[in-house]
Amino acid sequence: MARKTEPSKTNQQIDANLKQVYDDALQENLPDKFLDLIKRLKDADKVGQQDNDDG
Amino acid sequence: MTTDDPRDEIIDHLPSMRAFAISLTRNGSVADDIVQDTVVKAWSNIDKFTPGTNMRAWLFTILRNTYYSMHRKRKREVPDIDGKYAAQLSVKPDHDGRLAMTDFNVAFAQLTSEQREALVLVGASGFSYEDAAEMCGCAVGTIKSRANRGRKRLAELLDLEDGETVIATDAATLGVINATPAA
Repeated sequence: MARKTEPSKTNQQIDANLKQVYDDALQENLPDKFLDLIKRLKDADKVGQQDNDDG
Repeated sequence: MTTDDPRDEIIDHLPSMRAFAISLTRNGSVADDIVQDTVVKAWSNIDKFTPGTNMRAWLFTILRNTYYSMHRKRKREVPDIDGKYAAQLSVKPDHDGRLAMTDFNVAFAQLTSEQREALVLVGASGFSYEDAAEMCGCAVGTIKSRANRGRKRLAELLDLEDGETVIATDAATLGVINATPAA
């Protein structure tokens, strides 16, 4: 019952395609807007932190 | 100056979050919107993240929730957007043993969101069925069944042979599901 079944050729093909789509997306350069967003979030935190320190 | 702020880790997961979003949406700009929303939500809810647990899984969970709420909103605005898009394209069977990527993408777009998600999580990004089930808030058997149905549907749409093996896999999985003790 618990015997591991060999993935079918079709499923292997499908998984290879899924991986390729995913890996292609992984290889893409990250748009700058994401790093800008993180920076904005960090800056907003710093401002919040200063407000707390002042108050 | 260095702290143990888990938010510093978010940046490392951006490429895989983007790959997950692109796999789900097949649309770069929609994917980027989803990732940006996810980052903002994760940033402001970091207190809900348990340090030492899998941050990628936590981020993917937020991402999929963002995707589903956006998807529901868009569907209300443009009814059956997926169906209309898919209907404009036709899948040409390719019998040279290799799948053309465009054909694969067209076929993949015709799966349900749940099937796409299960296949991307376990088939492409390497999560276990257990992790995927936790992220999607459903039973392990549900993820397995979604992935199997998705694969079966893809095989049909892409006119891939060896249907017998696909059926055998389904039967084997059902056996595993039925045999799984309530852990």
